[in-house]
Amino acid sequence: MTLARDQVTHVAMLARLGLSDEEVERYRQQLDAILSHVDRLQQVDTSQVGETAQVGGLVNAWREDVRSECLPVEKALANAPKRRRDHFEVGAIQE
Amino acid sequence: MTSTSAVSTLDQVMERWEPVIGLEVHGQLLTRSKMFCGCSADYIGSPPNSNTCPVCLGLPGVLPVMNRVAVEYTVRSALALNCEIPEHSKFDRKNYFYPDLPKGYQISQWDMPLSLNGHLTFTVDGEEVRCGITRVHLEEDTGTLQHAGDILQQARSSVVDLNRAGVPLMEIVGEPDLRTPAQAREYLVRLRQILVYIGVNDGNLEQGSFRCDANISLRKHGDTGLGVKVEVKNMNSFRAVHRALEFEIVRQGRLLDQGQTIAQETRGWVEAKGATISQRSKEYAHDYRYFPEPDLPPLRLSAEFVDRVRAGLPELPQQLAERLQREHGLSAYDAANLTAEREDARAFEALVAAGVPAKAAANWLMGEVARLARETHTPLQGSGLGLEGLASLVKLVEAGSINGSTAKELLEELYLAGGDPAAVVRERGLGQVSDQAELERLVDAVIAENPAAVADFQGGKEQALQRLVGGVMKATSGRADARVVTGLLRERLAR
Repeated sequence: MTLARDQVTHVAMLARLGLSDEEVERYRQQLDAILSHVDRLQQVDTSQVGETAQVGGLVNAWREDVRSECLPVEKALANAPKRRRDHFEVGAIQE
Repeated sequence: MTSTSAVSTLDQVMERWEPVIGLEVHGQLLTRSKMFCGCSADYIGSPPNSNTCPVCLGLPGVLPVMNRVAVEYTVRSALALNCEIPEHSKFDRKNYFYPDLPKGYQISQWDMPLSLNGHLTFTVDGEEVRCGITRVHLEEDTGTLQHAGDILQQARSSVVDLNRAGVPLMEIVGEPDLRTPAQAREYLVRLRQILVYIGVNDGNLEQGSFRCDANISLRKHGDTGLGVKVEVKNMNSFRAVHRALEFEIVRQGRLLDQGQTIAQETRGWVEAKGATISQRSKEYAHDYRYFPEPDLPPLRLSAEFVDRVRAGLPELPQQLAERLQREHGLSAYDAANLTAEREDARAFEALVAAGVPAKAAANWLMGEVARLARETHTPLQGSGLGLEGLASLVKLVEAGSINGSTAKELLEELYLAGGDPAAVVRERGLGQVSDQAELERLVDAVIAENPAAVADFQGGKEQALQRLVGGVMKATSGRADARVVTGLLRERLAR
């Protein structure tokens, strides 16, 4: 298969990555190689296999509605690239 | 294209175009803990980022585990909305990068939701409306963003609070079966009422525990296809929904009349402007690349599970209103009023059970008690007087022991303070003066003291009688039975 450049820029946009033209081409080739490799799965005959999202066989793995302890605010914010008082701070979001 | 189209009113637009409206409602579930972790789901009033853990912060290596009660509440809601519950359902990842969800995806349900194919019926202007419900599914709420600075366009940063991230959220997708803003509003009112009745949601539009987005398009009357739809957001009251839809109908109608096309977009309702404003799209926001959530095994809900939830459903508002009409002879109007809030209906039934006649119970609850509850921000059940006190008070009136105005004064006094109305009446001698001889004596005295009023009345002025009744009431400090006094006066003056 051949991955198009605009598919790469689209995926980069969704991931909020700004790529240079050079990078777009480099990643296009790399992703194309990966996808071609995975594409070999298409050769397997799956006509007799139902759609499978889970193979573990578990169902209804739920818990009761009980509260447990939360992290202290300081710990919750410990890895924040930026914080303002007890909030995470991010670049301005305008909807 | 007509020269007047630019100033078409709502009615004119609706003559030419038929609105097609579908609503999506999100309701937070009243669980104690979040959807996939044990953090408290009670985020309002908690200090920022204090209800978080590695799961809802989206830290690597964590495993979500679903909240059984959230599943049950969603099924309960779906059953109340006449949905089918498929045996198999599952969760999916809805991928998007936005700081309100740190994982980079929201756990939601895509192609195998918890429920399908329901409906809600209600009446608007005497016409029965049936709105299909496509699905009710379960997902997680996002965190909240605040923008620094008063003016959004000048904000250089936003701050994120993740207390709300992961709170169980139910989405109710309605079919585009609504045709007027009034129908949309009534659909929401009924839907909210049901969710509150069955105890899964607190129905707070302002705080956003119950929120609504609307899809609206116009088409020619008689057409069956759909026009280009616009999604409207940011409506946080029933009135806002009504007004936003009216605004959109006029806006779209004028554009179509001018031969223009409608842009498929998301618009936000701006209350202060009374208008919807185009929102810059989160570019390609609809490329969510859903895929099955690998960390959550699927759900398999047995018929027994569903039956058990169904058996636990309380009486729904419509059923309750019908029963109150049937059993207590209430009018449809009174029954609808009394069942608007479940607590009112409960109070009504308790009063009737305590021996208060149904009509009196309904009148007191919807009149004076409703007013006091509003003014004091205290429901009857939480007031000092309480249900028992109210029952005792109304029974004093019904038995003729006190008159209506004394009862109103006592209600006002005892509503918050509490106390036994019968004891207060005894202590203060508030009992109605119903001794015939005593009343006759007072009536005669008032007649003797007010010759002018007597002459006016006998000369044909009906209102003059009220002055005389007032005189007797004054003499008894308001404790006389006004009906008896009026009767006595008429009798005396007719002679």
